[in-house]
Amino acid sequence: MKENSLSNNQDIRNKIIQKLLEQDVQIVSEDPLENTMVLNMGPSHPSTHGVLRVLLKLDGETVVDAMCDVGYLHRGFEKIAENSTYHEFIPHTDRLDYLSPLSNNVAIALAIEKVAGITAPPRAQYIRTILCELARISSHLMAIGSVGIDLGALTYWFYTFTEREKLYDIFDLVVGARFTTSFTRIGGISHDITEEGIQAIKVFIKELPNILKKCEKLLNRNRIFIDRTQGIGKISLNDALNWGLSGPNLRASGSERDLRKDEPYLIYPELDFDVPYYNEGDTLARFLIRIDEIYESLRIIEQALKKLPEGEIISNDPKNALPRKEKIYTKMEELINDFMLVNFGINPPVGEIYQAIESSKGELGFYIVSDGSGYPWRLKIRSPSFCNLQVLPLLLKGQMISDVVAIIGSIDPVMGECDK
Amino acid sequence: MGLESYLNGEGFFTTRVNDLLKWSRTNSLWPMPMATSCCGIELMSFAGPRFDVARFGSEVFRMSPRQSDLMIVAGTITYKMAKVVRKIYDQMPEPKWVIAMGACASSGGMFRSYSVVQGIDQFVPVDVFVSGCPPRPDSLIKALLDIQAKLKKEPISKYY
Amino acid sequence: MKELLINKLKEKFQDFIEEIIDYSNELTFVISKNKILDVCYFLKNNEDLKFDYLVDICGVDRFKKENRFEVVYNIWSEKLKYRIRLRIKVDEKDLQLDSVTSIWKSADWYERETYDMFGIVFLNHPDLRRIYMPEEFEYFPLRKDFPLIGIPDSLPLPRRN
Repeated sequence: MKENSLSNNQDIRNKIIQKLLEQDVQIVSEDPLENTMVLNMGPSHPSTHGVLRVLLKLDGETVVDAMCDVGYLHRGFEKIAENSTYHEFIPHTDRLDYLSPLSNNVAIALAIEKVAGITAPPRAQYIRTILCELARISSHLMAIGSVGIDLGALTYWFYTFTEREKLYDIFDLVVGARFTTSFTRIGGISHDITEEGIQAIKVFIKELPNILKKCEKLLNRNRIFIDRTQGIGKISLNDALNWGLSGPNLRASGSERDLRKDEPYLIYPELDFDVPYYNEGDTLARFLIRIDEIYESLRIIEQALKKLPEGEIISNDPKNALPRKEKIYTKMEELINDFMLVNFGINPPVGEIYQAIESSKGELGFYIVSDGSGYPWRLKIRSPSFCNLQVLPLLLKGQMISDVVAIIGSIDPVMGECDK
Repeated sequence: MGLESYLNGEGFFTTRVNDLLKWSRTNSLWPMPMATSCCGIELMSFAGPRFDVARFGSEVFRMSPRQSDLMIVAGTITYKMAKVVRKIYDQMPEPKWVIAMGACASSGGMFRSYSVVQGIDQFVPVDVFVSGCPPRPDSLIKALLDIQAKLKKEPISKYY
Repeated sequence: MKELLINKLKEKFQDFIEEIIDYSNELTFVISKNKILDVCYFLKNNEDLKFDYLVDICGVDRFKKENRFEVVYNIWSEKLKYRIRLRIKVDEKDLQLDSVTSIWKSADWYERETYDMFGIVFLNHPDLRRIYMPEEFEYFPLRKDFPLIGIPDSLPLPRRN
């Protein structure tokens, strides 16, 4: 009985094989060694600086192709802007590039002032410049520190982050908030800088170079660090312009484009500073240029503090600038102005403007279309991180998988700004 | 302060398994930082040199959900991200706790818009909400202490 | 600078420049829709102008019957250190436009963003997908008829069990 069934089985199997052989069958076996594999990185990954998702096509350890997927932090900033008055939108800009909230505040204030056709008084402009540069320092400290973490140099990050904590203390003292500052107002700034604040900034800019020297000793001539960054993720000047890079990433490729020089705003034309640039365009250049920019920022702050004039900090323009609080509670006219501004907003003339500043990441611009009402008809944010990230697949192609984190870190994307 | 004070030169002490497990678990919460936006930077401060969460035994930030038992959701969660957060939460081994850090994670915060989830408690259970936009690292340490207090109260048998 | 630009462009594209706006010291050229590729190619490759840096592309919803949408190109010349804007009017019935990715590579994501937010389709774009919103989302959020708080249940949320 048993033998019978076995032979039966054999018969059936033979029949199947016969049938298959008669058909035109191709048997393909995939050899994993000869195929590429797709690796998903993010959106929750320690070195993607937030919620960036990168899909990597790998051939062994070499990246053949890469694709970015953004939008995991899309918060609808532009839609919110259309539904809030100009004043109401200023606090939202803190959360755009959350490593340097003050420069975003300054950018939106400049854009609104341009569309409304007013200017801030000189003292406000000086204070804005100083705070802008402090924000740049805080952002660059984070950027160079995180390159350190990504390459395994955690101690470096501890050094830079300690300095950032000191900066936070200064913001706490000067602005009133540690992190989300919302310091600028249309036509000026929220409140004046105190003597104590100025002293704190002076102490900070005096001490920072020493710490930076220490940091430079740690990494700048470190053999392991240089081997892992030099010549990695190269981009030529032509490509960089074509792909729309801006800020330190563009200047690391040999361009000198800096809006502080090319399209001067605030008081930058009155100050003496250099625009550092490198010609290599690799990860190391993008790292080094940020350290150089910190030194330049320190120079700018020093000069601006010396020249800081006395005077008003918000323009005397009742149709646009908020009145001082102490006057609101004592004077009728100011109370009415405050009521009108808070409820109906400023009413800039019909028109459209674009105002950009050189933020720590690159060109941060606001394109405002005004229809004459208190709400912007359209407010487009030109966010540098979004444009810088676009080039990532080009940089990653042909690199080793362990260099991916270093390259992402050197571009220094902030997803809050990228995804808007 | 630590166990040494109980030793009294005897070299040994007696306790209940329940208390020992609770004690060890309370002081070794390993966080999984679900840092999406601004709060993530304050989360770094929380782990960083000044606030130094190592004092409370939570310095081991694990980026792998399999090795962590406390998820700190720091930042705005969009609908696109919600799936990811839920997936990571599901991958964490029991017992697990969740801190919703900041206004955005707790309630959507200032982003009342089409793409932002108005509070992560819609799809993951939350143990502690932290207010602030973003909260200072001190308040996050307070939240960690709250979780520890909660842990001390619950009988260990609840999880087995 | 302004005269040079206006003359250069008028010389070449006299019939296709619908309007020249000079507001707040910023130049905007309103260009016919079908000529955008030619104008961009000319601006980038002309030896005197060399607008080699595309700063931004964005859409505007004017919310009116005719020519409801506008697409705004913001370009920068590294040589002249000058910025101009091109504006194209797009009607709601014909939401198609030539892509400029062949001229500036950076247009890739900008156009995807404009498509995602306004539903304007860019022809010959290498990879026109949604960039911010999930692929299955049906609406275009920055259009004026889309509410700020979104449409309930248009985006799925994982269940809490």
